[in-house]
Amino acid sequence: MAEDILQVENVSKIYKLGELNTGSLSTDIQRWIHKMRGKDVSIERLAEVNDRSKKSDSKYVYSLNDVSFSVKRGEVFGIIGKNGAGKSTLLKLLSKITKPTKGSIKIGGRIASLLEVGTGFHPDLSGRENVFLNGAILGMRKNEIKARFDEIVAFSEIERYIDTPVKRYSSGMFVRLAFAVAAHLEQEILILDEVLAVGDAEFQQKCLGKMEDVSKNQGRTVLFVSHNIAAVKRLCTSAMLLEKGRPKLIGSVDSVIEAYQDYGVDLEQGVRSKIPGNSKGYFTNWKLEGQTPQDLHTCFSGENIQFVLEFKNNTYLQKCQIFLRLLYDEGTTLMLIRSHEYSVSDLSLEPGTYNFKFNTSLPIKTGKYDLQMAFVCHGEVIDEWETSTKLKVLDNFETLTQDSNSGILNVKTSFKYEGVDTLNLSYT
Amino acid sequence: MKLDESVQTKWKEIITPDNNIFSINLKEIWEYRDLLLILMRRDVLSIYKQTILGPLWFFIQPILTTATFVIIFSRVAKLSTAGLPPVLFYISGIVMWGYFSECILRTSSFLKDNTGILSKVYFPRLIVPLSLVLTNLVKFSIQILLFFIIYTYFVVTVGGIHANWYSLLFPVLILLIAGLGLGFGMIISSLTTKYKDLVHLTTFGVQLMMYTSTVIFPLSGYQDSKYKLLIMANPMTGIIEAFRYGFLGVGEFSWGLLGYDAAFIAFFMIIGIVTFNSIERNFVDTI
Repeated sequence: MAEDILQVENVSKIYKLGELNTGSLSTDIQRWIHKMRGKDVSIERLAEVNDRSKKSDSKYVYSLNDVSFSVKRGEVFGIIGKNGAGKSTLLKLLSKITKPTKGSIKIGGRIASLLEVGTGFHPDLSGRENVFLNGAILGMRKNEIKARFDEIVAFSEIERYIDTPVKRYSSGMFVRLAFAVAAHLEQEILILDEVLAVGDAEFQQKCLGKMEDVSKNQGRTVLFVSHNIAAVKRLCTSAMLLEKGRPKLIGSVDSVIEAYQDYGVDLEQGVRSKIPGNSKGYFTNWKLEGQTPQDLHTCFSGENIQFVLEFKNNTYLQKCQIFLRLLYDEGTTLMLIRSHEYSVSDLSLEPGTYNFKFNTSLPIKTGKYDLQMAFVCHGEVIDEWETSTKLKVLDNFETLTQDSNSGILNVKTSFKYEGVDTLNLSYT
Repeated sequence: MKLDESVQTKWKEIITPDNNIFSINLKEIWEYRDLLLILMRRDVLSIYKQTILGPLWFFIQPILTTATFVIIFSRVAKLSTAGLPPVLFYISGIVMWGYFSECILRTSSFLKDNTGILSKVYFPRLIVPLSLVLTNLVKFSIQILLFFIIYTYFVVTVGGIHANWYSLLFPVLILLIAGLGLGFGMIISSLTTKYKDLVHLTTFGVQLMMYTSTVIFPLSGYQDSKYKLLIMANPMTGIIEAFRYGFLGVGEFSWGLLGYDAAFIAFFMIIGIVTFNSIERNFVDTI
C-alpha cells in the first residue's frame, strides 16, 4: 500500500465578508484591547456556514469547515463541488498562498500549484524568456528548465514564435506555452485548478493525456479541481465532494460523481406500499443490479444494468408475459420491453416468489424516469404497477446531452468532415 | 498502528495557522535564487524594451534633477554647497538619494503590485522586494557611472578634489541604503494590505524626508542651528555625508553618525520582518 503524501487534518478557513477597509483600524484596536484583557477574541465563534443565498448578520463565514482527508503517493485525487463549496480555498491553503484558520496540512514532497495558467507571464518578454520566468515562479531551478526546454517548446507546438514577445501571441498560443511549462514541472505533487477549461478541444485532450502520463507513468500525485466532471472521471482514482465547506463524501470517483448528482431522498425505495387485495399475483418491489451507483434505483447513462422485478403469486399461472415500460416527460413511452420477445414463449409459474430480470443499457440523458410494469396471463392483466420510485439516470459525462434541447439519447458520437467538391476562392 | 508509522515518510512541511514572526526562511530563499535573478532580469529588460533610448533613460532623470537644483538652490537661492562645484555636490546627493527613494517606493507597494502572482502561486514572498532592491542596484550602478564621469571631469579640470580612504566604505553605504529601503518598504507594504491610506503618505513622506537630509544643503551649513539634530536624525544624512567625505573630501564624517544609521536600519529591518511575517499568512485575503 502506498503511503500518504498529503494529510489534511481538521482544516478550517474563515473569511470576513463585506467592506474590509472602513473601520478595520478601530476593529483591530478593539480586538487588541479585548486581547489585552484576556477575553476570547477568536473569530471562530462568530463564523457560520457559508451559504451564499442566505442573508445573515454574521460577518464571518466558514469557507472551509473541519476538512480532513489524505492523498496517497501516485494518486490522482479529484475535488468537485458547486461554486462556493470551498474548492479554490482548499487549493489556496494547500499551495501555501494563505494559511488555514485552524487545523494542519502535512506535505511529504515539493508542491507545484497551478491555479492559473501563465502566472507571471510578462507581455513584453519573449516566449523563451517567459518559459524561464514562469518555470522559476513555479519553483523550478534554471538548469531544470534548461534541460527540459526543448521538450516544453515541442509540447506547446509554437516553435516559430518562441522568440516573439508573448503579447503578440494569440490567446491559444499563450495557453499552450503556459500549460507546457506547467506540465513539465518536476514536483512530486501537482495541484491543478480548472486549467483545462482553456484551450481548444484538441489541446485539452493532449493536456489530459499528459496528466495521465504524469500520474500513471511518473508516479506523481495530482490534485485536480474541475467543473469538468468528464475530465475528473477520466483522470482521477478517488475524489472528494465538497458542499458548503464540508467534505460530503470522500471515496471512489464513481461514488462521488453519484453523490454530486444527488436527486434527493426517495421514501418508497422500490418497495410497493399498496399490495392489491385478492389478486392471483402481484409485483412487490423492483431494483437494479450491476449498476455502478450504490443506490439500487440509480444507474449511469449507457452502462449495463439489470432490472430486477420481484413477483409473488398464489396460484399456478400459465402463458405469462411481463411488460416493463419506461416513461419520460410525464407519460411519453421511452421504451417497452416484453418478456416474451426475449424468452421462452410459454412461461408458467408455480406459486412462489420470482425475480424477473431484464438485462439492458440505457444510453439516455440524465434525469428521472417513471417505471410501469404489468403481468399478463392468457391476455388477462393479472397485475399492473406504476412505481413511485423513479429510475434515476446519472450522466457519465461522455457526451454533452445535458440541456433540454439536446434530446433524449446520450450516445457517444464522433465527427469529421472532408471536402468532396469545393470551390476555391482565394482572397489574395 | 505501528505499521502505518513505518510506512510513512517524513513530512517535508507542515502547514499550521501560526508562524514564527521573527524568522526568515533563508534556506528557502536560497532555493529560489534563480527566480530572484530572473525577476531582476525581467524588470531591467522590461524597462527599456520598445524604447529608443533604452538604458539612457537612467541618465536623464538625475541630469535633469541636478540641473534644476543647480538653478534653483545654487544660482537663485545661493545656498552653500560646501565649497564644491554645485553640479558635483548635487549629483552626489541625488544619485545616493535616488537609490534609497527607488528602493523604498518600489518595495512599499510590492504586495499590492504583485497581487496577481502572489495570490496564485507560492514562492518566498521576500524574493520580490529583494529582486526590486537588486534591480534598482542595476539602475543605480548606471547612475553612479554618471557621477564618476562628472567627478573625473572636475578632478581633472578644477583640481583640489581628492578621494580618501573613507571612499572604501562605499559598498557598506550601498548595503545600508538597501537595508533601509527594504526595512521601511516591508513595513509600509505590510500595512497597506489593510490600510491603503499609507500609499498616499509614502510618496509624499519620501519627498519630505529628502529635505531633512543633506541632499540639498550640507550638514556643515547647519552649524549651531537648532535644526541640526533633526537633520542628523535622518538616517540618510550620515550615509550621504560619508559618501561625500570619502570621494569629495568635504562634509562631516563621524563613525558615531554612521553607527547610529546602522542601528536605526537594523531596528527597522527587524520591525519590517515582524510586520511582514505577521501579515504574510493572510494578506491575500485582505488585499
